[in-house]
Amino acid sequence: MKPFERLSDDDLATCVHCGLCLDACPTFRVTGLETESPRGRIYLMTQWKREQLPFNEEQVKHIDLCLGCRTCEAVCPSGVPYGRIIEAGRAEVERLRRPNAKRRIAKAALRQLVARPRRLRAFGAVTRVAQATRATSAMRSGRQLPPLHAPFEVPAGRLAPAIGPRKHRVAFLVGCVMPILYPQSHYAAVKLLQLASCDVWFPEGERCCGALHAHNGDLDEAERLRDENMRMYASGEFDALVVDSAGCGSHLKDFYPGLQGRVKDLSEWLAEVGLPEPKREVKMRVTYQDACHLAHAQRIKKQPRDLIRAVPGVELVEMRHPDICCGAAGLYSTLEPQMSARILAEKLDDLAATRAEMVVTANPGCQMQLASGLRQRGSHIAVEHISELLVRAFL
Amino acid sequence: MPLTASVIDDLKKVAGRDNVITAPNDLRIFERDGSIEGAVPDAIALPSNTEQVAAVIKIAARHNIPIVPRGAGTGLSGGAVTIRGGIALQMTRMRRILEIDPVGQTALVEPGVVNQELSLAAAPHHLFYAPDPSSQKACTIGGNAAENSGGPHCLYYGVTTNHVLGMEVVLADGSVHWVSGDAADRIGLDLCGVLVGSEGTLCAITKIKVRLLRIPPSIATLLAAFPSIDTASQAVSAVIGRGIVPAALEMMDKVTVGAVEAHYHAGYPTDAGAVLLVEVDGVADSTRELMAAIRDVLSENQGYAMREAQTPAERDLLWAGRKGAIGALGRIKPNYYLHDGVVPRSKLPQVLSAVGEIGVHYKLPVANVFHAGDGNLHPNILFDLRDREVLQQVEEAGEEMLHAVVELGGALSGEHGIGLEKSAYMPWIFSPDDLEVMSRVKSALDPTGLLNPGKIFPDPERKKLPLAGRTGFAVEAKWW
Ligand SMILES: Cc1cc2nc3c(=O)[nH]c(=O)nc-3n(C[C@H](O)[C@H](O)[C@H](O)COP(=O)(O)OP(=O)(O)OC[C@H]3O[C@@H](n4cnc5c(N)ncnc54)[C@H](O)[C@@H]3O)c2cc1C
Ligand code: SF4
Ligand code: SF4
Repeated sequence: MKPFERLSDDDLATCVHCGLCLDACPTFRVTGLETESPRGRIYLMTQWKREQLPFNEEQVKHIDLCLGCRTCEAVCPSGVPYGRIIEAGRAEVERLRRPNAKRRIAKAALRQLVARPRRLRAFGAVTRVAQATRATSAMRSGRQLPPLHAPFEVPAGRLAPAIGPRKHRVAFLVGCVMPILYPQSHYAAVKLLQLASCDVWFPEGERCCGALHAHNGDLDEAERLRDENMRMYASGEFDALVVDSAGCGSHLKDFYPGLQGRVKDLSEWLAEVGLPEPKREVKMRVTYQDACHLAHAQRIKKQPRDLIRAVPGVELVEMRHPDICCGAAGLYSTLEPQMSARILAEKLDDLAATRAEMVVTANPGCQMQLASGLRQRGSHIAVEHISELLVRAFL
Repeated sequence: MPLTASVIDDLKKVAGRDNVITAPNDLRIFERDGSIEGAVPDAIALPSNTEQVAAVIKIAARHNIPIVPRGAGTGLSGGAVTIRGGIALQMTRMRRILEIDPVGQTALVEPGVVNQELSLAAAPHHLFYAPDPSSQKACTIGGNAAENSGGPHCLYYGVTTNHVLGMEVVLADGSVHWVSGDAADRIGLDLCGVLVGSEGTLCAITKIKVRLLRIPPSIATLLAAFPSIDTASQAVSAVIGRGIVPAALEMMDKVTVGAVEAHYHAGYPTDAGAVLLVEVDGVADSTRELMAAIRDVLSENQGYAMREAQTPAERDLLWAGRKGAIGALGRIKPNYYLHDGVVPRSKLPQVLSAVGEIGVHYKLPVANVFHAGDGNLHPNILFDLRDREVLQQVEEAGEEMLHAVVELGGALSGEHGIGLEKSAYMPWIFSPDDLEVMSRVKSALDPTGLLNPGKIFPDPERKKLPLAGRTGFAVEAKWW
């Protein structure tokens, strides 16, 4: 295979080099460098593809430093499919670069752990013990983890019935890390779906959706996982596959043509089918952090805000840049800790300026990153998944 | 010419190790701006403050190395392109808003502050920064000052120079100066007026004090369709002819509307021959009255499907479409070549039909999107850089369009500057004497020609180079 075969020259050529995306890019904002901007990255990959620049290990860092947040794609008027470009670019880079211990471990961890639910659960259990004995605080990635509770349990009969009249039947993506890190978000999400007259089905044998693999250049594994999952989804009937993790939702929408049009983010679906009248007030000043894979990859910004505003008592105050990445970006915070910390610092300043009591988001990675940053600053701002905030109005 | 190790060392001592880039492959990524010109710099220096800017310029002066200030690189005339090599002085790290004075209604900013960030920061004080280039999401205030940039709302509010109160600048010898000061009325020789719009050829701008304006209490934005560019241009003349000066008056042709609508879904009528975007602001009663008057004039001139934005979100969407228009053209062809000539408003219909004919003659698609109220054209010739055959035609067509502008009594550039792209055409509108006066100002401030060489002033050598040989590394592909 020729180098950069998987990258499409036509995709690359859609970039007119106007630069309108520059300041939307978190890594450009903190470095001020063209090489750390979307336009620069596209230019670099274009030169690689056209064999005008030799592939060079030094320059791979510009690709590594991309968060894959796709903010550039959302603001690009020319319609550059940046998500597709960077996924293909990464896959090629992983093929061509010298083996690198850190990335190899990441890939192995994704293949061996994340893609296998039982192992991941065991890992969660070990971590819970380690947290209880404070062993995790010695490691950076350990410090980032939230305090773990018992993992999410699928209800008996793999079905949570609608509360009140039944109008829809939805499948729910349990996923790989959400049930271990944030079981409470899942419980809240399922409850909201039941309240919205949905029967919620939990398909048996579901595997990780493969998002993390695809984002980290392991397209082969991502394809394998997709094929397995598709066999399972084909076995049941449902109006929508509801996803409460933005990263997974965006991957399912882009990478699973077989689910065409049926993948819905939780807030997207709730806005579509409607929630019942709230039961109580939730007095709180709240700000909303757009999860990149929701706002930019799925272009969903309005629905979560509408849902939040509909909660009586909640005051929604916007950050100056609610739609700029927090620096979590999947494995990024572990693989590129310095850049991630610089981006997070800007985000936390913006957050603090809102004087909100709580920041709400829609993706586990963002929750983890924000919470760990706030903890380190000694801040009392709470972090919740949007499902947890919404469900308070019904408890 | 690559820099010597000792110069690189000196630069690193001044700016910090990580803030000097010399890896050749990385330098190639910096070869272009928003235009299609390109040339690779020998180094990038990223200063963090005025002292570092001055120190870098002193090093360059000592070794006679060209210095080219660079903001976000959204320029459309090749201004930030290092055509003679040298050091690109990347100002994007200096992006602090140093002060906002809500009482005096001013702000003091570093040059790397992005235009829109200033308005966002001023908004809580009910203030905004008026010059709004369509690239405002990305371009820097330093770049705006260097280009004397305009924008849709400059029809009413005036261009950048009307909003700059004073600047801190570093001259070619590394000395630091303040030009003008706090008052809107510049006292003494108006050096600030000379330096705004100098395109990086006279100084590096390191701080800018700007005027902020009160956000108008009421804004009305109207979109109107027209059967043709011609009728739309007539409507523009008619509006201004009635003595109405809207805050903004923008036109887009059919080609542009199609591309824009594909991304923004702003509800632009894709079947129209042209659309106008009109905005008025002020107190609620007066905007209502003005808008009613404008609607009348537009319908008298065949305007139809008029739609007023009902909410701020709708207004933002209409503007997002206009401001992203040039970028959106990428949906048609991957490259654009544009001149931003200005003509007296009454000549708009004539010049636009000439532009259309030139496009037809060269068989090149042309998309028009521009500040109609100012008579400031942006005919974008659309093409694909990968098709090298076409480059010659692109350049000739552009040149003919600009010629048509000048023949109708217009000027070479409304707002994008002369830079590299238009320097060859300077003699079309300036006599040798005029150019001589300009070059005397240049040599008084920069006697050795250190700052941004090869720009503004015509370079007879360069003109001989066809466009294909000037677009930098990007098109020098082996397999084309
Ligand atoms: C899609 C699009 C739309 C645009 N719309 C408009 C518009 O409506 N109106 C308009 O006027 N322009 C427009 N432009 C052109 C461009 O955005 C402006 O010229 C802008 O001011 C350039 O700012 P920059 O920070 O990108 O500067 P750059 O492109 O980096 O540099 C421009 C020039 O300024 C000099 N310079 C930059 N910073 C400094 C400094 N600190 N000190 C001294 N010299 C400096 C450079 O040497 C260069 O000559 C548009 C461009 C694009 C791509
Ligand atoms: S990615 Fe889009 S916005 Fe960015 S430079 Fe390219 S065309 Fe412009
Ligand atoms: S995906 Fe995010 S980090 Fe990567 S280039 Fe785009 S905006 Fe920048």
